[in-house]
Parts: sequence; structure tokens; C-alpha cells
Amino acid sequence: MLELREITKRFGDVLANDRVSVVVEPGTIHAIVGENGAGKSTAMRIAYGFYTADGGEIVVDGEVRKIATPHDAIALGIGMVHQHFMLVDTMTVAENIVLGAEPGSAATLDLQKAAREIGALSDEFKLSVDPEAMVENLSVGQQQRVELLKALYRHARLLILDEPTAVLTPQEVEEFFIILRRMREQGKTVVIITHKLSEVLAISDEVTVMRDGRVVGRVKTSETNAAELARMMVGRDVLLRVEKPDARAGRTVLSVKRLTVVVRSGGERGLRDVSFDVRAGEIVGIAGVEGNGQTELVEALAGLVHASQTSGAIEFEGRDITRTDARTRHELGIAHIPEDRHRRGLLLDFDLSENSILGVHYREPAVSRSPMLDTAAIRVRALELIKDFDVRPANPDLPARALSGGNQQKLIIGREFGLPPKLLLVSQPTRGVDIGAIEFIHRKLVGLRDEGCAILLVSAELEEVTALSDRLLVIHHGRIVAEVDPKQTTNEEIGLLMTGGSKANVE
Amino acid sequence: MNEIFKLSLIFSTIRLSTPLLLAALGGLYSERAGVINIALEGLMLAGAFTAAAVTHYAGNPWIGLLAGILAGMAVASIHAVACIRYKADQVVSGTAINILMIGVPALLSGAFFLSSGSTPQIPKDNLIPWTPVVIAFLLVPLTWYVLYRTPFGLRLRAVGENPGAADAAGVSVNGMRYAAVLLSGALAGIGGAYLSIGQSSLFTRNMTSGRGFIALAALIFGKWRPVQTMLACLLFGFTEAISIQLQGVKVGGEEIPNQFIQIIPYVLTIVVLAGFIGQARAPRALGMPYQKER
Repeated sequence: MLELREITKRFGDVLANDRVSVVVEPGTIHAIVGENGAGKSTAMRIAYGFYTADGGEIVVDGEVRKIATPHDAIALGIGMVHQHFMLVDTMTVAENIVLGAEPGSAATLDLQKAAREIGALSDEFKLSVDPEAMVENLSVGQQQRVELLKALYRHARLLILDEPTAVLTPQEVEEFFIILRRMREQGKTVVIITHKLSEVLAISDEVTVMRDGRVVGRVKTSETNAAELARMMVGRDVLLRVEKPDARAGRTVLSVKRLTVVVRSGGERGLRDVSFDVRAGEIVGIAGVEGNGQTELVEALAGLVHASQTSGAIEFEGRDITRTDARTRHELGIAHIPEDRHRRGLLLDFDLSENSILGVHYREPAVSRSPMLDTAAIRVRALELIKDFDVRPANPDLPARALSGGNQQKLIIGREFGLPPKLLLVSQPTRGVDIGAIEFIHRKLVGLRDEGCAILLVSAELEEVTALSDRLLVIHHGRIVAEVDPKQTTNEEIGLLMTGGSKANVE
Repeated sequence: MNEIFKLSLIFSTIRLSTPLLLAALGGLYSERAGVINIALEGLMLAGAFTAAAVTHYAGNPWIGLLAGILAGMAVASIHAVACIRYKADQVVSGTAINILMIGVPALLSGAFFLSSGSTPQIPKDNLIPWTPVVIAFLLVPLTWYVLYRTPFGLRLRAVGENPGAADAAGVSVNGMRYAAVLLSGALAGIGGAYLSIGQSSLFTRNMTSGRGFIALAALIFGKWRPVQTMLACLLFGFTEAISIQLQGVKVGGEEIPNQFIQIIPYVLTIVVLAGFIGQARAPRALGMPYQKER
């Protein structure tokens, strides 16, 4: 169906694709795996005409084709769903689907006809969505369906999906896989770009593995396993399981009492009457479907929510810190690794040295002898951080924007570890991070715990919270609905609690 | 007497709103496609001067109007190339065009008519006092239809809201933006032509006196929608009409100083732009050049 032959692509000095060849058989689900920055998306964006290759050729249905714009790709039956959805929020579902391929004449836009055709496609592929709805009012899962319908409406026979599950909850992933299988049954070909090995094994027929801009292997899914794929991706053996000794929990560091957070925008969201403790030397995990109060909890603890929106009490080492601000809490030893590193974690256009002192930028060691920033000391410290946390490329003068997600995350983690923290609040530590770096981050977190730091961990990856946590709290609709021992409980049981099932049902 | 006063106020409002409405609708196309068009003032001046000069030579206002449209498009194409091709800052480019268009008509009228201020008087028979008014108000429903009921309008709005999405859907972002900016030049050109060969009978230096900016204010006040923008233009036209009627009116035996009356439309513009009247949401990609990675 689709073949890339010896595709080469440079971005400035970076060789993003080095003679990449991929063969996608018709009627199959083909996974392209690799770490972030391996060149997966680049190769597929070339196939969709978003980028132009510097060398090589694209073959569609046995013929060499020139694909210079997405328009060309669409004409050849290729559709793509991007990791960040390409939808116009202020338009309806139908308008988004027909955009660029409008029914009717140039003088009239026949949206009724469009709605009928969309309805037929929805039925055929069981992708239910209201054509009249505004895109901005849809959930992420629904928006993804709109993207799929958009490609199908253009008669795509090959769908390229870039990290489609990154934004979905575990339940939505299940539904999504059912849709993909149905598409394959209907004769469509699917290319799925991902770095999640469990998903590759669950859904694909064949796998192409990429590393550092090259294709390093192509295997049938039935003839491989997670360990082999991970080894190909990273280039060495990878520990897929977290190994950690039992926790030796000490005194209580954080004590949360009947904490409630009201969200100004109203609605169901927020945090209601939550109480728990975190002790030194243990990792307490929060499991839950995203948007059930985790963000509010962490931001309230970090001092990022205005006191007027909260009630209840937060005690740190026996001291009431409910009404203190973020800087005071940071000075007391509360570090925060935020869920959205671009919004709260980094200044993307600042260099790594500058980013490495955020939070301590006004005091030792950033400012020591004079009122000015001590740039020499900052640089030395940044270099140490880069070395200790394996940030690549190891150049403190690069802007943070130039780093991959995993390396940005390692920089933030290094910075927050350097506080050094007595309590670490960490949200989605490995979101958008490749498996080599995931292993590294997990080891660092366990190491910090063993040094006696109290850690509160929030993650949408159920496997991650269960593997790292010593105790696990399940959150649902802003309430802690259960506390479980992650070693004694299965993921299915936790999944049920996460969606509002009661503990009694589980036991 | 009172009756005549009212009727003349209505006509005067419509006539004074017309150039604003033409320029504002021009701005609407450009800005809904994501290109800020602060150059409306300059585009109107280009249209006004060219229409008057060509009508003088050709002796035919229709040829003059057409020339005014082409002049507006020609100057708009500078803005388009600067903003779209070279991704210049759209406000800076627009401002440069406005400054340029204060000088160029003066230079040209000096060369052709030996007068740096104005073009020669055009005979009354060669003026078009009502056609542009009709065009302007017919353009309101037409613009609405184009924007919300044609593929062109859908693409235009998409390009102004999320050019990345439009590109991914196979729409040429830059093509749409060129079309939109040129359209805006054409409409502002008609607006300018109406000033010189409709409302008056010659081009005078800087005769738009800020109408391009008032049109921009009306566009924002009208939340970038055709009908609301028309209402905003009528409001500005009305205040201008009132300020003319108020000249010479005595309050308590004292005449209101002319200067106070003349500032009314501008004060209203500032009030509107300062956001006193509701929060408007601009097209999301307004002012942002579309940079495609290559």
C-alpha cells in the first residue's frame, strides 16, 4: 500500500531521517515504534506531504509518487491524524470534517448533505459523534473520532495515526482499539506511531522499529515481545519493571486534612474533603482517570491555588502551611514536578542554565556575592545537573525548546531534586518520555525515596503508579474513594475503583 | 422643519457610514483570514486619490472607481507579500503603508497637477454619490453568505482560526490569505473612491482623516461579524452626522466650540477600543504568520 524508500530528511544540522525505508502491507495495522526523536513522526509527515524529503522516494500502490502537500496525499487516499489534533475549535464537527473537501458547488456549502454522509460513515465505523456540536465542547476522545471521520470522509484508504493513545484514558484506548480493528476489517490500512510497547503488541500486525533516525528492525508482532522491541528501540537491555526494596517509612511529612478545592469555572471538577498523610521515605500514589481532581490537589499543595478557593488544612512537618505561598513552600523543601512541563515547568526560550535555577533564581546559589546573578556558578551547577541527570544534548546554552520531551523532563527533575526536597510533588513524571528515560526517572524517584524524601506521585499511567507506589490512593470525582496496597491489588480492581466502582465490589 | 432635520440626519448617517462600512468589510475578510489590516487607512487613501485622478482624466467615474479598486488591491498586495511571503509583523507593515500613503498621493498630485494638496475639481455629472452606498449595504448580506454558506468562507474562517488544521485538511493557507488581503484592498479602495468621487468632488490631502482606523474600531466592535460590523459603522456614522448637525448650535447662549463637536466620533472610537463594550474574541490566529516547517 505505502512504501518509503531510503527517505532522508535534515532539519538544519540534525539528520532526522537517514535512509528510512518502511513497507506497509495493505489491510494491516502497522506500528512504527521508537523513542521520542527517533524520526517516526518525521517519516510519516513526509508521507503526508507536511515535510518534503531531501532524498528518497514514496511509493503508493506500486507507483512512485510525489507528495508535496497534504492535498496530494489526500488525493492518493492517505489520511493522517496528528498527535495534536488539527481541528478548528470554534467550528462544528461537520464544518471541520468537510473543510477543504466541501460538498456542493463553490457558491453553496451543503452542510445537510455533509451531515448525511458523516452519519453514514459514523454508522459504518461505529464512530458516533454529533455533527452539529462545537468541537471545543467535545472530549478528547470525541475529538479524535472527528479526526478519524475527517480522514474517512476524504476516502482515505491508509490512515496514519501519530501517538493516538497519548491523550486517551485506559477505557478510551480500549474503545479506540476496537475502532481500529473494525477499520482493518473494512479493508483500511492503518499506520500507528507510538512508543508504548503494550499497545504495539495489542493492536499491530507488523512493527517497524526506529532509532536515531534510522530503521533498525522490522518484525511480525506475533514473533516478538516487549523486551526485544525495547532492546531494539533503545539499543541496550532495558528494565521494564521497577525494582525497589520495601519502603522504610518514617515520620509524617505531609498531612492533608479535609482539603477542598473549588474550581472557579464551576461544574463537577475540583477536590472534595480529601485527607491523607505522606511519610518520609515512602511514595504515595494517586490513581485516577485524568480530570478527577489530581491537578487541583497537586496545585493546592504546591501553593498554586489561591487560598480563597480552598478550605481544610495542609500541614508540613507539623506546621500549618495552608495560607503560605508557593515560594515559602519551596523554601521549606517542597519541590514540584508539574504535569505540564511547558506551562509550569520551563521557559522554553530560555537556555538550560537559566531554566536550571528557576525557583532559586533569587537566592543561593544563583545569587551569592552580589545582587547580580552569579552566571559562572549557575553554569557550573547546570553542567553538573546535566551530567547527573543525563540531559542530552549536554549543552547549557541551548534553549529548553531544543530538547526532546524526555530530556526536558530530566532537566526539571534534576532541578527539583537539587532543592533538595523533603517532600516531592510529582505529576505525570514520564508523560511523553521515551522508555530509556522512563527507566532512568523511575530509578531516580526510588532513589530519592530511599534517601528519606516523602513523595506524592500522580500519574495517568496505571502501570506506573502501581509499580512505583508504596501506598495507593484512588481518586474519583474529587474524592479519595479507596486506599489500596498496590502489591495486593490487580490493575483491573484499581481500574474499577477509578471509574466509580465501590471497594466492596472489588473485595 | 423638525421632520426635515430627522430625515436629513438619517441620510447623512447612511452616507457617512458608507466609507466606514466598505473599509470595515474589507478589514473583515483580511482579519477573519488571520491577517491584521491596520493599513485600511492607507488603502482608502490610495483608492481615493486614484479614483479622483483617473476620473479627471477619463471623464468617467466608473473607470475612476475601477482604478480606485485596483489601486487599493495594488497597495494591499504590498501588505500581503510583506505579511504572508516574508512573515513581517503585520502591524508594522500596516503602519508603514499608512505612512507611505500620506506621502505618495501628495507626490503624484504634485507631478500630475502641479499641486501637492489636491486633484482638480470633478464636474458634478461625473460623480457617483449613491452607487457606492448601495454596494456597501448590499455587501453586508453578501459577506455573511460568503463567510458562512460557501466553501470559500469556511476555508477563510478556518485559516484565521487554526491555519495548521486548514493546512492538514488540504487548504492552501497562504492562497486564502492572499485572496483575503486583496479583497480587503478592493473594498477599502471603493471606500476611498466614494470619499473623493462620491461625497466630494476632488481628492484632498489626507481626506480619510482617520476613517480607516474608525472602520477598524467598528470591525472589532462588531466582533468581526458582518451584520454587527454594519451596526457599528452606522453608530459611528451617526455620531459623525450628529457632530455636523451640532455645529453652530447654541447652548445657553454660548456656541459649543467646534473642536469639541468634531472629537465626538474619535472619542467614541477610543471608548470602543478600550473595551468598554463587551469582550470580543478575535480570530485566534490573527496577527500570526503561518510558518510551515520544511
